Amino acid sequence: MELEKFSYDNRLPKYFAIATILWGVVGMLAGVLIAFQLAFPVLNLDMAATTFGRVRPVHTNAVIFAFVGNGIFTAIYYSLPRLLKTKMFSNVLGKIHFWGWQLIIVAAAVTLLAGFTTGKEYAELEWPIDIAITLVWVVFGINMFGTILTRRERHLYVAIWFFIASWVTVAMLHIVNSFELPFSFMKSYSLYAGVQDALVQWWYGHNAVAFFLTTPYLGLMYYFVPKAANRPVYSYRLSIVHFWSLIFLYIWAGPHHLLYTALPEWAQSLGTAFSIMLILPSWGGMLNGLFTLRGAWDKVREDPILKFFVVGVTCYGMSTFEGPMLSLKNVNAISHYSDWTIAHVHIGALGWNGFMTFGMMYWLIPRLFKTELFSKKLASTHFWIGTLGILLYAIPMYWAAFRSYFMFKAFTPEGQLQYQFIDIVQTTIPFYVMRAVGGTIYLVGVLVMVYNLIKTAKQGTFVESEDAEAAPLAKTYTPTGKRFWHSVIERRPLLLLVMSLLVVALGGIFELIPTFLIKSNIPTIASVKPYTPLELQGRDIYVREGCYTCHSQMIRPFRYEVMRYGEYSKAGEFVYDHPFQWGSKRTGPDLARIGGKYPDSWHFNHMLDPTSMSPGSVMPKYPWLFRRDLDISSTISKIHAMRQLGVPYAEGYEAKANEDLSIQAKSIAAELKVSKIEVSEKKEIIALIAYLQRVGKDIKGEQKVVAEAEQK
Amino acid sequence: MKFINYLEHITGVSVFPLTSLLLFVAFFVLVTIWVMNTDNAFIDHMKNIPLESDINEK
Repeated sequence: MELEKFSYDNRLPKYFAIATILWGVVGMLAGVLIAFQLAFPVLNLDMAATTFGRVRPVHTNAVIFAFVGNGIFTAIYYSLPRLLKTKMFSNVLGKIHFWGWQLIIVAAAVTLLAGFTTGKEYAELEWPIDIAITLVWVVFGINMFGTILTRRERHLYVAIWFFIASWVTVAMLHIVNSFELPFSFMKSYSLYAGVQDALVQWWYGHNAVAFFLTTPYLGLMYYFVPKAANRPVYSYRLSIVHFWSLIFLYIWAGPHHLLYTALPEWAQSLGTAFSIMLILPSWGGMLNGLFTLRGAWDKVREDPILKFFVVGVTCYGMSTFEGPMLSLKNVNAISHYSDWTIAHVHIGALGWNGFMTFGMMYWLIPRLFKTELFSKKLASTHFWIGTLGILLYAIPMYWAAFRSYFMFKAFTPEGQLQYQFIDIVQTTIPFYVMRAVGGTIYLVGVLVMVYNLIKTAKQGTFVESEDAEAAPLAKTYTPTGKRFWHSVIERRPLLLLVMSLLVVALGGIFELIPTFLIKSNIPTIASVKPYTPLELQGRDIYVREGCYTCHSQMIRPFRYEVMRYGEYSKAGEFVYDHPFQWGSKRTGPDLARIGGKYPDSWHFNHMLDPTSMSPGSVMPKYPWLFRRDLDISSTISKIHAMRQLGVPYAEGYEAKANEDLSIQAKSIAAELKVSKIEVSEKKEIIALIAYLQRVGKDIKGEQKVVAEAEQK
Repeated sequence: MKFINYLEHITGVSVFPLTSLLLFVAFFVLVTIWVMNTDNAFIDHMKNIPLESDINEK
């Protein structure tokens, strides 16, 4: 058959590669900053935009969506045309995709630092950006499927299935989790509240890890590891089983992020069971990656690229073993809210995503520039620096987690808690320092790579396009060897897409349907009332400043938590919380029962200078809350939006909301005056105090009602 | 947490975890059986797709 000539365009892979490295450095820099901030609060610089609560989402979003995101696109724009023997479908769509994504990243960084956040982890971006993400994702999808439909290779290699499944699942997750009701140009409230919001959020959060950080990188592994080792994947059969069972199982495991919370028991158990089963496909995939190098281990010793891949894939295996272990309730009791989770995700981020990206870059950049790597030795040095960085990062975090756990649950013989929260914070600080040093070392390694790759690019010349030729697809299909059922799917990309969507949607449906059935089943605790306008404004400040990045609002039913924080949390308490603010990490104490615990003046002084009320605290200062006037022009639209979401504010309450707000603000200012604190009732701090004094208070003194409701 | 009580009031809620487990096991067994029955020539072809040399590759 006649061969057709065509060419591979290398410009987009190059752009995406540069973006990957650039955003990687930025994201890790933000990470190093917040790591040091935890040990040295002075580094928060007393400015809103540089405070931990706002920089931390920048770090997580930058690393996940900017660094890994661009890494995914680099891999796809390079491997997809080559695996399909065709050029990318559209250069224009590719450019829109590239610049659109970078624009989203810049917009994300700016808005997060400015305090525009939905308050839902890894989904913090506000609604206009959510829409932009959806549009760019569709453009990317059209480009990808366009390429697949114009291919010259009939069968889709396994890497492509992972790309397809990732694309369709991320689309589904992003859309479902982003349902929100805008009330102003940059702000919105989550459509879901409380328990439901939590379940949807962690269904999203868990699967964002699965389908953004894992499956696309498995696609990357199945392409670049064989390329770098110059031998085919160990077992193609295993990769088929790996693919289908992984995407089937992953989606069910979300509830393991909510063990011991107010989430129903059976959903927790389901999450645990599926998490344990996940070990099988994950390890199947890891072994498939590692065994690809069988008989080539001598090469691994010489070749830094393979070293990165081996450690990357091994870290994947470690995280995917650790993950299921963490979903066991007794282990989770220790790890949840602690630094263990932080260590766990960084084995994944630094080891798996980081090292796989670096391996790909060291392989790819010399090829894009038709030259040899500038220095193999420097790459090896980077490998060792990086590995050391990971160890220095993770070990102190594991240690800190266990140490704090034992301190949290220590009781004196008299039955009192042995340690104050602040004692535990104090003993953790040295570990924070070590972790920050580990992170810095890892970043230094990345800078070594940047130097090496720039030198490599400079000594070569960029190959803008590579010529290739291949036969077009025959009109009629003659199977290779015996017919094979799966080849039917592999020949039909749209069928593969639909099947993948079905498989992942199934898990989503089974996990989420009962949650929505709950709606009618959550007894509204009679004493739980909607927030007053001032409290609502205060809550939005709480969300804006990212308080949830360090404080949980979810007391688990353990003796040491109930004694330390108060009565454990009930599902009915959160019915008006759009969004929920349960949090996932306790750098500071839980706040679910903070209301009424301290006088207003305590909060006032504490927000101004935390160490004045709580010596040794690592909490940042919030001086701007004392300077800025509360924007009460938004009250009306906020109340209106909340009513639309089902919060029972009386019809027409908007008209007198600000009146009520002003009365409550004046009473707090008067209260403060008694404690000899002079402050205008118009300042933001007044609203925040109002909110904090309300949190968790509604059910106090109404325990009987709750008990009766539970008995039913 | 006593929250489980509310959920138990949903009729037949246990059908959800049970169905999911059965679905997966059936699915997994089917995939495995089919994969075991594949043709070696086809598998070899698939395996080598990434390695089919690009013209400019060293």
